[in-house]
Parts: sequence; structure tokens; C-alpha cells
Amino acid sequence: MAQIAIVKYNAGNNFSVLCALRRLGVDAVVTDDPAQLRDADKVIFPGVGEAASAMAHLRSTGLDRVIASLAQPVLGICIGQQLMCRYSEEGDVDCIGIFDADVKRFKSVGNDFKIPHTGWDTLSVVNGGFLPKEISGRYVYYVHSYYVPVIPDTAAITDYIVPFSAALHRDNFYATQFHPEKSGSVGESVLKSFLEL
Amino acid sequence: MLAKRIIPCLDVKDGQTVKGVNFVNFRDAGDPVALGERYSREGADELVYLDITASHEGRKTFVNLVSRVAERVSIPFTVGGGINAVDDVDKLLNAGADKVSVNSAALRNPDLIDGISRRFGNQVCVVAIDARCVNGEWICHINGGRIPTERKLVEWAYEAQERGAGEILFTSMDHDGVKTGFACDALAKLHESLQIPVIASGGAGDYGHFYDVFTAGGADAALAASIFHFNEISIPQLKNYLGTRGVEVRL
Repeated sequence: MAQIAIVKYNAGNNFSVLCALRRLGVDAVVTDDPAQLRDADKVIFPGVGEAASAMAHLRSTGLDRVIASLAQPVLGICIGQQLMCRYSEEGDVDCIGIFDADVKRFKSVGNDFKIPHTGWDTLSVVNGGFLPKEISGRYVYYVHSYYVPVIPDTAAITDYIVPFSAALHRDNFYATQFHPEKSGSVGESVLKSFLEL
Repeated sequence: MLAKRIIPCLDVKDGQTVKGVNFVNFRDAGDPVALGERYSREGADELVYLDITASHEGRKTFVNLVSRVAERVSIPFTVGGGINAVDDVDKLLNAGADKVSVNSAALRNPDLIDGISRRFGNQVCVVAIDARCVNGEWICHINGGRIPTERKLVEWAYEAQERGAGEILFTSMDHDGVKTGFACDALAKLHESLQIPVIASGGAGDYGHFYDVFTAGGADAALAASIFHFNEISIPQLKNYLGTRGVEVRL
């Protein structure tokens, strides 16, 4: 049976991701052991937290280089997606650099657009790959104040204040800004299609 | 477009859901995990679980409950009640909660908000405020609404935002359990004064009240308890109603 590993670090909602996988009938290991991560069939890099402290932790443990060197499908979630980019304005920090993008903070345009962007918003799939096409126009759950702009690797777009990358894909690296583990049945279909890669 | 959120709230005591009318006279409303699953299936956008157990033993039961919710529910949920320190937050997040709400403890020790948001990010930190209108001023109360403070609603909400709150959950004690509509005037003031989302609580009695709170009140989310627990309002029907009246909802 395929082995799924969830990256254990200081900014992960690992248990929530683990629970979501188990609801799909799939078990996973939560680990920061480089060998176990390299040996897994798929790796999930979740995240809830702050970019600079998360990057400091990843650097000190060497997990930043381990993640960048993985050859199997890797899924970054929320801050996981942001940390896979080149740089983040949150804490002014250089990140892992898999995706060629700078993570920016939403700029306030008045109180009708609250920050953090919190709740269920729609997305459009622009560059399928791993995302089921039928989720275009459906709602997924977000909670974030920073975003990845639209780049050539953008796989789906949500428009909130500005159009931003709801999902990214490059080679074996996949990422979502929304939380598939918290997005009900739509989120489950995203996780399932990643697991089926 | 970002959808307005409908949030059932489950007050939990000794592992069971309860709901007070004006904060007293609790009536039983069932198993919290089963109820959460039901709401998730019916289209609730988030859940809030409030621990109103006083005993130490009860608190441990609550952490176990949080894990059982995380295992079975695929939408976000906030937990609150009895959070006095950053370490309490750590336990609840590790158990699978997505956010925590702090209320009295934050009013007594506002640095708690800074501490939570620095360690876990501001999206985790919901600041809950119970307030009542006294001589035209909205006054914040602590200890389940029993003790008035010197703080005024909008000022305290703004300070909480500046300290790192990710959302404000405002309960009007005057409206709670009365079912005559939300405190839309106070909510509109909060909406204008804050950059972070506002969750409205207290007063939901019929479908129209939700329409009012999202339009006149400018709320980002609306929370209610007994009307959902006792099937007085069905979430799918509520969302259809809001959708046909032009409110963005997740259907």
C-alpha cells in the first residue's frame, strides 16, 4: 500500500490533515525524518502559522532542502504553498524556492474586504493537472492574510481583492492556498485526486 | 466571491450540548459530535464548540471531544471556554481545533491575544465579546456575562484587532435567546471600525434576521444555537432563502 508522509514541523495542523486522509480510508505517518520523507510515495506539507518562524525551523532541521529535493508528488497546503515559493513578505524571509513567486500581503481596500481572507470562496481551475475540473466555481475554505500572485505555474485562481493563486503545480510539486482538509466534499475530491496521482 | 458564513454554536457541558436562554436555564440538545456532523452535512460553514464545564476533569473530557470532532467533521471549527494561557491553545490546536476563542481571559489579560497570535498566527485567534447596551453604551461583560467591565465594545474590539485577533465574535446579551433579531446597529459599527471579520451572535429567530445581519449589520458570519438544535430553522432552507435574496452563500 502506498505510504503517505505528512511533514512534521512547527507550523503544521498535522492532526487535521491526518484525520482528513483517514476519512478517505488512507493512513499516513507524521514525520520529520528525512529518510522516511524520501521513501514515502507521496508527501503532504501542511501549514498553519507564520512564515519566518516556520522557515527558521525548516532551515535549522534541514527540512527545507529535503522538501526541495523530493521527487515524488508533494502537496503543500496554505502556508505550505507559501513556503514553497521564493520569498515571503511575512517576516521578510527567503523561502524554499520551488515556485518562482513572491508571497505578498493583501492590501486593504476598505472594510468590505476583511483581512484575513476568512471563509468559503470560489475558485476557477485554469491549468487542471491534479485538480478535478468539476471543482471550478465551487467553494473551498480559506484563512490567510498573504497570497501567491498569479504566475505561469498557477493551477487555479480565486479573486479576493486581487486574483491570486488558489493552487499551483510544477513538475511533482502541487500546492493549494485553501485547506482541502477543511473544505468538505470539494476538499475531499482534491485530496483524493492528489492521492491518485 | 467570499460567502457569508452560517455557524451553529454548541455549548458543551460534561460532554453534552446545552443551550441557555439569556445565559441561564440550560436545555439539553444532544451529542456534540453527532450534532456537528449533522450540521456539516446540512451545509453549515463552520462550527463553534464552547466548553462551559467548570471542573478540571471536564476540561480533559473537552480536549477528547475536540479530537473526536476533528476525526469526523470536514469543516473548520473553533473551540472556546476556559482558555487562560497560550499553552491551553496549544493543547486544543494539537487536538485538531482550527481556531480558539478567548473572552473573559483576554479582557483580564489583553496580552493573551498577542501571545496567541504571535505563536500560532492571527487566523487562529477569535476574540469573543459579550456586551450589553447600558444607557446607550455597549459595555463588555466577563464571566459568562455576569460581571460588567469598564470596556466599551468597539474600542475593545479595535484593540483586540491591533493585538492580533483574526476575528471578532460579538454576542449581544440583550438579544441572546430572545429571537427578535441580531444587534444590527452595533454590528454595523463594528463592521465600519474593523479590518478583521465579524461574527454576529445573539438574537436569531427567523430567516429574515439572517438577511438583516448580513446586509444592515454588515456581518461576515452569523452564529446561532437553539434555533438549529431544535430544528426551528433548517440550514439548507436558510441558505436557499439567503441565496434567492442575493446574499452570497455556499450552497
